[in-house]
Order: sequence, then structure tokens, then C-alpha cells
Amino acid sequence: MSQALVQLKNVKKSFGPVDVLKGVDLEVFAGKVTALVGDNGAGKSTLIKGLAGVQPYDAGEVRFDGELQELHSPRQASALGIEVVYQDLALCENLDIVQNMFLGRETLKSGTLSEAEMEADAARALQSLSVKTVRSVRQTVSSLSGGQRQTVAIARTVLRDARLVVLDEPTAALGVAQTEQVLNLVRRLADQGYGVLMISHNLYDVFKVADDIAVLYLGNMVAQLETAKTTSNEVIGYITGIATDVKEG
Amino acid sequence: MAEKVTLQTGHEGGVKGQVSAYFSRLKGGDMGALPAMAAVIVLMALFANLSPYFLTEINIANLFVQSAVLMVTAMALVFVLLLGEIDLSAGVTAATGMALFVKLTNTGWDWPVALAFGFLVGLVTGWVLGMFVAKIGVPSFVISLAFYLGFPGVMLIILGSGGILRLEVEPIKAIMNVNLPVWGGWAVLAVIVIVALVLSIWDRSRRLSVDLPVRPIIFLVAKIAAYLAVGGGIVFMLNLPRSLVAANPIRGVPIVVPIVIVLMFAGTFVLNRTQFGRYLYAVGGNPEAARRAGINVARIRIYAFMITSTLATMGGLMHISRIGAVEAAAGKIIVLSAVAAAVVGGVSLFGGRGKLFNAAIGAIVISIIDNGLGLMGFPAGVSFIVTGVVLALAATVDALARKRAPGMRI
Repeated sequence: MSQALVQLKNVKKSFGPVDVLKGVDLEVFAGKVTALVGDNGAGKSTLIKGLAGVQPYDAGEVRFDGELQELHSPRQASALGIEVVYQDLALCENLDIVQNMFLGRETLKSGTLSEAEMEADAARALQSLSVKTVRSVRQTVSSLSGGQRQTVAIARTVLRDARLVVLDEPTAALGVAQTEQVLNLVRRLADQGYGVLMISHNLYDVFKVADDIAVLYLGNMVAQLETAKTTSNEVIGYITGIATDVKEG
Repeated sequence: MAEKVTLQTGHEGGVKGQVSAYFSRLKGGDMGALPAMAAVIVLMALFANLSPYFLTEINIANLFVQSAVLMVTAMALVFVLLLGEIDLSAGVTAATGMALFVKLTNTGWDWPVALAFGFLVGLVTGWVLGMFVAKIGVPSFVISLAFYLGFPGVMLIILGSGGILRLEVEPIKAIMNVNLPVWGGWAVLAVIVIVALVLSIWDRSRRLSVDLPVRPIIFLVAKIAAYLAVGGGIVFMLNLPRSLVAANPIRGVPIVVPIVIVLMFAGTFVLNRTQFGRYLYAVGGNPEAARRAGINVARIRIYAFMITSTLATMGGLMHISRIGAVEAAAGKIIVLSAVAAAVVGGVSLFGGRGKLFNAAIGAIVISIIDNGLGLMGFPAGVSFIVTGVVLALAATVDALARKRAPGMRI
């Protein structure tokens, strides 16, 4: 198998006496969607916060492109090309799509904003993901639907030269049609060569879009399966702990 | 290399498409300064009918001078209002700075040095307010209220027991009391039009250079024509002799007018075309998103308070120029009127939405009400009541418009 884009080995994290991650291994490949599933409290959020550099891991190693890396701040994560789209999306509703996509890294020319250049680049980033659902790239985010907002947040990571895009429940609050849109977008992201790590509670979504499924159970990575070679029942077994004999506590 | 942009950008389509897109934005609740502009026209028509004095040259000139302080103070407040914050002390800060300025000049200081110290009061007060709000987390309403209560005391101490000091600096008095020569007014208009034209063409050429669609050129022509028509009308009127005493002719654009315009253009440039301006809107819209985008939110907040206090001090300077003195009670009322002006003009009190132009037009609405009712012989009480009603009306229209717009929660 080819070199993993991101490789976590024996990653640990505890908050006081509570061990949330008890030595987790995970591999995410470029061009593939890896779904991260697990019940509430399994450690999914803690795992991605470590990847984002927001809450650094206590122990274990992180390899990016096979190179051992330190991940102690969001800046380091961003420099490597790890971008996280949290559930709240972190968009400014009063700004338009272009302004949101470039927020914090505006293109400047002699101290002033290069609106035209940013507009063109934002539009191309959206087009590269075959986004056709927005009416205008100068719409304010307040006028967008939930799915469109998710689209903008994801496209922003592309603009930021992401290599690994981490999505925290991208379809959680969406209707059927919009879920479809976002899942298609996630698929295209991977098809274009980005590594995608997607947290999801919805196994239908997972089986629809993921290449690999990683299952966390009480802070342990109990399985990393190829979607094509597993079934929904098997995954549920791992999620609920029936299929594993992990020692609890 | 660069792929062609096929997504819509809002600049596509001919005149008809653009106009219909504009109306659909209006329907969506994005009315901007439009209600306030309509109010200006309605009020002017109303008072022109009700009072024979309203549309006289001298009254229009007075209106510009009267509204200047309110305009500048309202524009100053926009910077903190955009963050969803408020600075109740902007007026008294300005007055305190001016009290220091006048006191220093009266004790023999060179006036430019004294003026610098006056503005320093604004700058430092803004910094302190910003630190309290951004670093310690004291609500801006409370901390600026503290300054609002405290600064009049500082002024009393500076001004002494009389509570008033005369301004003896002629160049400062000139701001509100001297007019440009007739050609000066036209020159100012020419500069404004040229700057607007150059900026528009610059934006247009940059869009074309990256292969983006542009609006039909007729819009640019119409915009410049509107500048020329409105500006030309005003300059023409202000250039007519307006003195009530024939032996003492008064004509020309008051010096304060170009000053207000320069402040508005410069501030608008900062808000629309610089990273700092963009960040102000971002922090006002969603501070958490701004923080995650790597924006130093605390620094943006502190700068905003510093700009507000300093710009308000400019308003204070105009006030003492007009009155010819600084008094201990100055600056208390103006800040509340300025908040009202900003809201009437379409600036959101919840942050993230509003322009300097909104504040300026709101200030004109309030000044016209004040001026018109005064001319008709109503007591000041009526003017206050009407202003209050207009503010309530503007806030209601704004709330209803936003309610109708799906997804708008600002």
C-alpha cells in the first residue's frame, strides 16, 4: 500500500484522571475519504482537536508524508496543510462568500484589498469542486442554506492549500438533498487528491462516501476497515463494543 | 492557466438584470441607507412647504454647519458600533480634549502643540476603553458610562470655577465660520468626482484584468452624473450670496464641508478597502470565526475604540469652533444623538453592518428635523420628541425588514 498522508501511532491524551485517547493508531491517505466513527465519548473530537493542533496529544507520534511532525499549535497544523471544518463552520454571516473564504489571509496590493483577484480565486476554488449551487459568490453567508454554508467552509480549506481536510459531522444538520450535495462535494475533494477525514454519526453517509472506516471505541481504535470489505452490521458491532473485547476502565 | 470564472459574481447582466437584482436585494431586507435617504427627501419637501425660510441659501448653509458635529460624531461611533460595542463617552472625551486644548492655548502654548495634546486625550482614552473591553472583558456600555460620568468632572477641574473658556485661536474658529472662495467649492467638487472616477475605473480595470464580468459602463456614468448633479447643486447654492445684510456679503462653501467629506472618504476607504476594515466587520459579525481565522480580535477592538475617540475629538473641535468656547457640559447630549443618527441611517447596533455614509445621512435626517421644526417656531421640546419618534420608527423598520429576510440574524 502507498504511503499514508497522515499516520498517527499510539496517540494518547488524557484530561486529568480521564484517559480519552488510550493509544490510537490511524492512517489517512491522500485521495481517500476516511470516516471516523464511534459513539459519543469515544474520543473522536479529541482526536481531531489534536490533529488541528488545538489540543496537542500527550504522547504518540504524528507522521505527515512519512515525516515525524510536532503538532502543538493550529499554526503548525495549518502550515502542514491540515484544515479542520468544525460543526459551527466559523463563518461570518454578515460577510459574503469571497470575504469569508479569504478571511484572515486576504490578498493585498499596496496595502489595500485585491477584491477582484480574491473574487476570481474564490470562484475558481468553488468551480474546482464543481459547486454550482450558489447564486453569486458575492452573496452574504446569511442568505445561504446550511448545505451551501458547509460548501463554503469546505471550499475555504481548498483555498488555504489544505492537503488533509478534517470534517466534523458535515451533514449533521442538513436535509436529504443538501446532505447529498455535501457528500458529493466530499467525494470530489478526495477525487482531486486531498486526504479527507470525516467524522460522522450517520452510517448511511459513511458507506456512501468513505473508502476507509476507522472506529473508535472508548479511546481505542478498534478497527480500520475498507468500506468495500465490510458491512454496516460489522461497523455497528465495533461502535457498540459488541464485536471487540476491549477491557474497559 | 487561470480557468475562466463561470460562477455568478453579481456583476453579470445588462442594465435590466442589474436593476432587478438590486430590487431583489431590497426585498431581501438589505435596504442600507435607502430609508434614511427617502426621509431626507420627504422632510426637505415637507419643511420647504411649511416654512418659507427652510430652502433659503442661508438656512441650507446653516444646516450643513449645524449638522457637521453630529455627522462626525456619528461617523466616529460607527467604528465601535460595527463591533456591536458602544462608546457613551465619545462626546465627553472629545470635550475634555478640547478643554485641555483651549486651556493650554490660553496659558500661552502654541496652538498646534496644544491641539496635539487635545487629540492625545482622545487617543489615550480610546486605548484605555479598548483595553477594558478587549482584555478585561468589561462591557463597553458600563466602562464608557464610567468615563461619561467622570470626564465632566475632569473638565470642571481644567476649566476652573467658571466652567467655560473662550477659544482664542483664529484658524480653529475659521473651520465653522469661514467659507471657501467661490472657485474653492468647485475645486473640492472636482477633486471628489475625480477621486470617485479614478477609483471606479481602477476597480473596473482590475476586474477585467482577471477576466471577471463588469457592470454595464452606464452605471459608472450614472454614478458620476449623480455626484455632479447633487454636489453641483449644493456648491451652486452655497456659492450664492446669502447674507441678510447687503453690505456684508456671505458666500461660498463653509470650510467644514470639505473636512467632513474628507473624513468620510478616508474612513470609508479604511472600512471597505483595507484588511483592518474587513476585520472590523468580521469581528462584528462573528468574533469566534474571526479569531479562528487568525485575526487578533483584541487588537481590532482596541483600535476601533481609539479611532472612535479620536474621530469624536474632531467633532469636538468643530463644536468649539462653532461656539467659540468650551463649556463643562459639552459632549453629553451629542453622543446619544449620534447613536440615534447612526441607527436612523441604517447602522446595526448589533454589529457587523453599517457604513459611514449611513451615519452621515442619519445625522442629516436628525439635523433637518431639528432645523425645520425650529424654523416653524416649535419649542425645542417638540424637536426632541419628533427625533425620538423617528429613531423608534427607524429601529422598527430595520427590525421588520430583517425579520422578513430569511436567514438574516444580524
